[in-house]
Amino acid sequence: MTSGRAFLDLLRRDLLLAMRRRSELANPMLFFVMVIVLFPLGVGAEPKLLEQMSSGVVWVAALLAALLTLDSIFRSDFEDGTLEQILIGAHPVPMLVLAKVIAHWLVTGLPLLLVAPVLATFLGMNPEAIGVLMLSLLLGTPVLSLIGSIGVALTVGLRRGGVILSLLVLPLYVPVLIFGAAAVDAAASGMPVTGQMYILAAFLVLAVTLAPLAAAAALRISLS
Amino acid sequence: MNIFTKWFHRLGSPPWFYRVSGKLIPWMTLLCAALFIYGLYAGLVLAPPDYQQGDSFRIIYIHVPAAILSMFVYVVMAVAGGISLIWRMKMADVVLISSAPIGAVFTVIALATGSLWGKPMWGTWWTWDARLTSELILLFLYLGIIALHNAVEDRQSAARAVSVLALVGVVNIPIIHYSVVWWNTLHQGATIMRLDGPAIDESMRWPLFAMIGAFYLYYFIVLMLRARGEVLNRESRSRWVRELLAGD
Repeated sequence: MTSGRAFLDLLRRDLLLAMRRRSELANPMLFFVMVIVLFPLGVGAEPKLLEQMSSGVVWVAALLAALLTLDSIFRSDFEDGTLEQILIGAHPVPMLVLAKVIAHWLVTGLPLLLVAPVLATFLGMNPEAIGVLMLSLLLGTPVLSLIGSIGVALTVGLRRGGVILSLLVLPLYVPVLIFGAAAVDAAASGMPVTGQMYILAAFLVLAVTLAPLAAAAALRISLS
Repeated sequence: MNIFTKWFHRLGSPPWFYRVSGKLIPWMTLLCAALFIYGLYAGLVLAPPDYQQGDSFRIIYIHVPAAILSMFVYVVMAVAGGISLIWRMKMADVVLISSAPIGAVFTVIALATGSLWGKPMWGTWWTWDARLTSELILLFLYLGIIALHNAVEDRQSAARAVSVLALVGVVNIPIIHYSVVWWNTLHQGATIMRLDGPAIDESMRWPLFAMIGAFYLYYFIVLMLRARGEVLNRESRSRWVRELLAGD
């Protein structure tokens, strides 16, 4: 079996597993919606205020939703021993890690993109800004999954990894949050957003190429 | 084996480190104290007040060295992490984990003095400016490293996990350093490390350099003290530690 084939097989397997647990599929999306709903309830429903905050609120909610689901990248495979098989197998581990992260993003990150425009409209974001929001989430949420995979790989062997995971991962999420929200803000005030988009794209390229290597190294440590 | 590799191997040996650091510490402490005394006296008493900021500019003598060190310590940790992952040197692990609390404290000092400085100058204790925010993130990185190290029970895998994390987090260092260049921020730009020479008068510059030197020395001294303790703890079953203790 070639490594490319192994990559695709693992991707298909993870997606199939996610499809078998269909009830869990909606959870990150629900969480995302609920966090966003909390904001108008908490800070008051004044339209102008909400519009100003909308970019940040949507991005923070996306970040928290990503954080909440991170553990599932490796957890079940760690518990049933699949992860060990991946590590001792013949195929390059970073590539298989990438397959798992892509599957994770398709299951937890992509759904957020589907509900984000609806919620952004509720928050009073204007249509151009919503387009930019979608694009920034499309570029940014995979970065969240990729960076997160390093944190999960480091903490998967720990009994109480949850809190530490957020301490490890959130500081690394901040640049994505800053540029993602800045792009939407710029679009809302009618300014060009290419700069922020290029930086988000650069983050994505960097994360796709380097994060799987770091995550693979971290997995070897956690399972040694 | 050439001189460099020989030196490198020696550096990795805990007994050698213990012996040499024991000899170095008194001298470094002396030099550090001298620099501190000169820097503080010259900075707080001799240097003239700033024409704009008056006497409150004197916070620079603590703030800038602490901020420089907060980044430097992280870089040291990342380099130690790389060495630990590549060559599995015991001393690199020790340096990494002994540095983390020191770096965290430097970061807290930089943030606290910056906040104290910001109140009279900018009229606010805190602003969500790029440099302040990225320095705060640096603090979280330090805390994350300390927390991860405490959470992993096996000492060896803890050291390696922390090494990976330190290397990943190093992306934040250029962001902090260049934040004042990339973004239009309230925090002023670089004053000392500039291509066209420092933008600070000599009477204020030399005390600052002395303070920076003192802070560097202070870091190395504390690092050595902590590392010595850590080494003794790790090697407590080895012969050289037993002999050392028996000799005392």
